[in-house]
Amino acid sequence: MYNAGGIFHLFSIYTMILKPRMEDIKIIGYYLGKIILGLGLTMLIPIIIGLAFGEINPVLDFLIGIEIALIFGLILIKICFTEKDLNWMQGMIVVSLSWLAATVLGAIPLCLSGHWKSYLDACFDAMSGFATTGLVLVQDLDHLSYTHNLWRHLIMFIGGQGIVIVALSFFMRGASGAFKMYVGEARDEKILPNVIHTARFIWLVSGVYLILGTFALGTVGVLNGMKPINAFFHGACVFMAAFDTGGFAPQSQNILYYHSLAFEIITIIIMLLGAINFKMHYHLWMGNRREIFKNIETKTLFITIVITFCITAFGLTQIGSYPKAIVLFRKGFYQLISGHTGTGFMTIYARQFINEWNQLALVGVICAMAFGGAVCSTTGAIKMLRIGIIFKALLEDIKRIIMPEKAVVIQKFHHIKEIFLEDKQVRLALLITLAYLVLYGLGAIIGMLFGYPFLNSLFESTSAAANVGLSCGITDVNMPATLKFTYIFQMWAGRLEFMSVFTLIGFFVAIIKGKR
Amino acid sequence: MMRKVVSRQSSVVSILFLFLLTTYNLQLTTAFAQPISSTELINSAKQYDGKTVAYEGEVIGDIMVRGEYAWLNVNDGQNAIGIWMDKDLTKDILYTGSHKFKGDWIEVTGVFHRACLEHGGDLDIHAQAIRKVRQGRQIIERLNISKRNLAFVLLGVLCLVWILKQLKLK
Repeated sequence: MYNAGGIFHLFSIYTMILKPRMEDIKIIGYYLGKIILGLGLTMLIPIIIGLAFGEINPVLDFLIGIEIALIFGLILIKICFTEKDLNWMQGMIVVSLSWLAATVLGAIPLCLSGHWKSYLDACFDAMSGFATTGLVLVQDLDHLSYTHNLWRHLIMFIGGQGIVIVALSFFMRGASGAFKMYVGEARDEKILPNVIHTARFIWLVSGVYLILGTFALGTVGVLNGMKPINAFFHGACVFMAAFDTGGFAPQSQNILYYHSLAFEIITIIIMLLGAINFKMHYHLWMGNRREIFKNIETKTLFITIVITFCITAFGLTQIGSYPKAIVLFRKGFYQLISGHTGTGFMTIYARQFINEWNQLALVGVICAMAFGGAVCSTTGAIKMLRIGIIFKALLEDIKRIIMPEKAVVIQKFHHIKEIFLEDKQVRLALLITLAYLVLYGLGAIIGMLFGYPFLNSLFESTSAAANVGLSCGITDVNMPATLKFTYIFQMWAGRLEFMSVFTLIGFFVAIIKGKR
Repeated sequence: MMRKVVSRQSSVVSILFLFLLTTYNLQLTTAFAQPISSTELINSAKQYDGKTVAYEGEVIGDIMVRGEYAWLNVNDGQNAIGIWMDKDLTKDILYTGSHKFKGDWIEVTGVFHRACLEHGGDLDIHAQAIRKVRQGRQIIERLNISKRNLAFVLLGVLCLVWILKQLKLK
């Protein structure tokens, strides 16, 4: 958090004054090329799966996709070859451009499948996948190949850990500019002293949970009557979408397809694991279980879940939508946890939010979506550490008013260690929160400009910007192209937590207005 | 004579009563003989809740047997809806929809639930009868020649770029 604020200030000054040099562009191009190469190579996984299932044309889609990605990557590396390391500004720009490049290239095999009405729709789903949002425009999902379905979920897995994390883990040994890109991907907390070791630890955690989660979901699937091959394939896909708080599912009914309480409970556990800080995972792995009860993020998460569920449950009870407790849990609590963790799994149809939930219940879910999970996790939105810090600052101010003028008021919070609350932490937390609120509002206003009601627009906008994926029915293949672009921008800016996006905008401004 | 008239009158009244009762029951249970689309069922769920409806579509995914019953999901091209039915009713279903198969197209008659209390609030239909309208089939996948050609051309370009990159490095 400290770094990101400093960086933003530094780049603001830099981009306001100096016109970028050719060397800046070359360095950005070189590292971007490397990341594109890495991303292209990940398409080998769906190709292997496609060959195993004997899906010829889907394999061709990915061959074309991988070839285009490798051509672009190699050209960039060749033209922009450099041995220089990244500075902060270049690192941030590489990150923001990487996400756009991933969307454009990742959408190629999707578009070639014929299940997306246009390339824009494929880009929408690709960004939704990489940013772990979960809003979809795919057509006839129930007939999509295993190859494409795996790719839809794999991009969530890659995006959830971070596109740059993939490159850092496997393709950039020892680059000292790595931390700058790591920060640019909205991960400003190092778990281990070395950022590459941190990246690899994130993959280790995700890999172990992937095996356990797939086994658990696959077993439940088999017990629920699914064919073993489908059960474990769905298990792997649903795990990737749940742990990375994405929200895609292999079937059009999402989680409703399984009609299973056990499946829902396991996905709730995985979603909560995905919403926890990777640093917390590290401490839990090291045997420090007390941390979970002391940490400001887990405490705040618990409190906000209780509050937002009370609001939602009260709203649902008012209109008697779900008269039994178990039904309220499986519909009300599930959608709420799915929204709060930024996953977007649904066990109801999108229109049911509007037709069968009242405004109070919707407000509860919107608040949950807006809050999000922990920092340095796979979730989006404002995040628990910031909410906790703002609340602590408010308490400090109230104490200052109540206590005698000469009293020294000190506020502390526990986040891995005891930390004294400082003004700059509060300022940055408030700045990011404000940026999110503006982004939620902006999308809602644009939705309203196209004639959608206020609450529906706010619901969908918050879902996109907070990378959730719950939909009340606005996200549809027939929605206006401007709205599709708006949601793509919201997903991108929300996932990267603004800094890299602001830097990229500043960079373009500097190209036009900067001094030599 | 008088007795005969009374008996005839009571028979008429009884028949009339039975007719009214049947019509009333029909109105309560099977008001919707024509298949209703999934969008209509979802959008007007409160209106159809607890009523017997006809719904048709393609069986997709897995037939999930749960004891003496089974879940299957039926997609009418707009949405898929879960159907809860006696396991024996699924015996006629040969194909379920996936990438390689077009599933059987069936018509389901059953009780629609907006939020089924038996199944954790799922929007579902408890089937009383199913009828196969069309049999599904295997989808034969033919190699897309234009995609293959494009892949070959791009492979050539990729090799060229790779060679140029290696030359530059040397």
